Formats: sequence, C-alpha cells, structure tokens
Amino acid sequence: MKFLCIDCDEQMGFGERQLPGDGTLAAVFRCPACGREVAMLTNPMETQVVSSLGIKIGGRTVPEQPLELVRSSLDGGRDEAFAEPPVDSVTSPETSPVEWAETATRRLEAVPSFVRGMVKRIYTDYAKEHGIHEITPEIMDQARTDLGLEGM
Amino acid sequence: MRKIRTYADLEGPDRSGLGDQLALQHRRVDRRMKAVRTVLAVASGKGGVGKSFVAATLASALARGGGTAGLLDADLNGPTAPSLLGLPRRSLSVTNDGVVPPVDSAGLRVFSTDLLLEDGEPLRWRGPAAESSVWLGSLEKGAFREFLSDVSWGELDVLVVDLPPGAQRLVELAELVPKRTRVIGVTIPTSASKAAVARSLRAAGDRDLPIAGIVENMSGYACGSCGAVGPLHPGDAGDALARELDLPLLARIPFDAAAAACAERGDMNGLLASRAGQEIAALAERLEREGAP
Ligand SMILES: [Zn+2]
Repeated sequence: MKFLCIDCDEQMGFGERQLPGDGTLAAVFRCPACGREVAMLTNPMETQVVSSLGIKIGGRTVPEQPLELVRSSLDGGRDEAFAEPPVDSVTSPETSPVEWAETATRRLEAVPSFVRGMVKRIYTDYAKEHGIHEITPEIMDQARTDLGLEGM
Repeated sequence: MRKIRTYADLEGPDRSGLGDQLALQHRRVDRRMKAVRTVLAVASGKGGVGKSFVAATLASALARGGGTAGLLDADLNGPTAPSLLGLPRRSLSVTNDGVVPPVDSAGLRVFSTDLLLEDGEPLRWRGPAAESSVWLGSLEKGAFREFLSDVSWGELDVLVVDLPPGAQRLVELAELVPKRTRVIGVTIPTSASKAAVARSLRAAGDRDLPIAGIVENMSGYACGSCGAVGPLHPGDAGDALARELDLPLLARIPFDAAAAACAERGDMNGLLASRAGQEIAALAERLEREGAP
C-alpha cells in the first residue's frame, strides 16, 4: 500500500497510528513536500483482516514476541498456559533500566495471565527503545498506540 | 482522465509495511526450520481415519528410534496430540528464542493448541463476528506459521506435522516450508476415503511436495486373543492409491482394541507394544532406513 499526494506528485510517508479501542484504526500519512496529512480510517472488519495476517500498518519497531499473533488473538486462553516471570521480578535495576510505576503494575496485573508476560515484554522493549526509565499508564497508552497493539 | 502514477511508478518503499512484514514472517520460519532435517506431513482427506493416532504414534516411534523428533499438532480445532501422548499439563516456558515445547518421556517435543486452551474449551478467536470467515482463515494460517517459527524446536531429525482433514493446511505448509517437507497420505480402505486422500495428495503434488507414500489405517480388525486379522472396512484404498499414484504402500495398520485403549489413556509405551503399534514402529524404521525422515 502506498499513498500519493496528487498535488505534489510525491509519495507520502507513514506518520502515526491510533487505535481508539473500538476495533477501528487510524493510520496517518504525510506528504514530505507540502506537509499535507491524510488519515486512513479502517472499520473493525478491515482492521481485523490486516491484524489477522499478523502485521501492523506502518510496520513496528520492537521485535515480535513468540506466538504474538496467537496470544493476542485467542479468546479465553488457558490461565496458566505460560510460565513467565512475575510482574515485578524482571525489572530489577541490574537486569534492566526500566522501572514499573505502581499504577502501571496494577494495570498490568489486570491483563489476563495468558498474555500478561508477553504484554510486559513488549512494553519493556518499547520503553528501552525510547529511553524511558519508568513505565506509567500513560506510557502504556502511548506504546499501545505506537505499536498498534489492539486489545492489549 | 488525469494520469495518476501507479504503485509501480512510485519508487519509495511500501510505507504501510505490509510486504516487508510478511517477508519477515517467512524469514522467521526459514530460520527455525533450517535446524529441522525433514518435515513429515501426515495428511488425510477426511476426518475419522485415525490420522492423528498414526501421526502421534509414528512421531513417538521415531523419537524412540534414536533420532530427535517433534510433533506439531496442526489440527488447530481438534487437537489430540497431548492426550494421545499422556502429556501432563504444565505451563510453557517462554525464552528469547521462543516457546519451549513440552517433551514426553521418550524425548518427543510436542506442540498443540490443546496446550493453550482450558480443558474441553473450543478454539475461539477474538474479532468481529460478522463475516468472520473473511479473517478466520488467515488467523489460522498465522497460528500454524507461529507454531512452526516461534516454538523452540531445536535441532530435529524429523518434525511430524499432523495436518487437519482437507488440503488447506498442506498448501500452507508447502508455502512455508517448501524445501524439506515430505508427505504421507493416511487412508482407510473405503472408496470415500480414497477419493479424499487422492485430492489432498494431488494438492501436494501440484506444489511439488515429494510424497513418501500411503498408509492404510483400520486395515482389518486384529483379534485380541489370537492376533489374526479379519475384515473391518470394505475396500482396498491403500493398494489402489499406491497403484494409481505410483507410490509405495508404506504400512497397513489393523484396528486393534488394545491400541485404542492405550491411546485413550495416553499410554504410548503400551500402544507401541500393541499389534497396531508394531506396524507403526515398522513404518518408522522403514522411513528411517529410506532416509525419508
Ligand atoms: Zn503534497
């Protein structure tokens, strides 16, 4: 998929992605010549068709987690299916420079255990990549949008 | 009409990133499957021919034969491998390399959707219910792809893939692992089964997947006391397929109540000692001898 600014006859670049949380998606593309932006808005069905391929419009920066598509798409996965380090043990200062704020930890604990470990790794990778030292609920929202993590 | 430059006219990269991400998915499968010598796809045309039973028992026999073996239960909606192998339910470890597959007492590495679901729960995916058929197929293919690429299979002599009935997942396998896959067709003696298996094998042939041969399951009924094999299903699908498709008939496995009882309680050692199990063990030896797996 490519986007062309017809006035400038220039290919537009990917700007940002937003997930309002209702299954729809917005992907913003920007013309490098005139700065004009367009938002591509997809309905829940179109969003799902793309996400079921295991891809994110605009690409992604942090690496895929093992079985990411399965774990993020399965409805009602087994509670103890994955043994992963508990929420507060991975992020000691020796192993990682990323800390979790208490409010963020509480929010993470509300995530079903089937995907919790994976979600935690993704947010931690995101924080490291952006030089963020403390993960807060606001950072989680930002990461979710930036990475196109519907339903996490 | 004004002239708008076409997709191909634009020289910049695809900014949606879809193509790059699909290519990356394939590279992940390639990287993982490089450590697997042979992928042995066990296919049937229709359900109810005991394909999962044959696949799990064959994988077990191959693991016991000294090689390293894995079993991927690709029947996402009807997973049976863990119960056939009597695998206890444990939490799966996740490392940076991938999800660590459970290992049975003979060293067989196993993966199945059953490991991810609550007992007796069907496989359900999240997504808009309307027109779910539009996205369900790609999600299932994606799950199959992740089971190949994201499970830490390690070095394997053979990865047995238990395919669901029909040709769809076989076609996907041909696309994902084109180089090291070989196919075994499992049929029962009836003509309905024969026609269905022939369709699946033709799909494999169309995609240039080599076919190792045919296995006829429920090939007669083995008497529990005297061991004699009497008739069970009408037909000669195994022989007929072998003849018509010019393939070897690799094994004829009788129905055996003792084997079925072992399968029911997940007793693979008992199963391999049964009459049916011995035929499958002989099949494993034959495949090893011929270098198929
Ligand atoms: Zn422009």
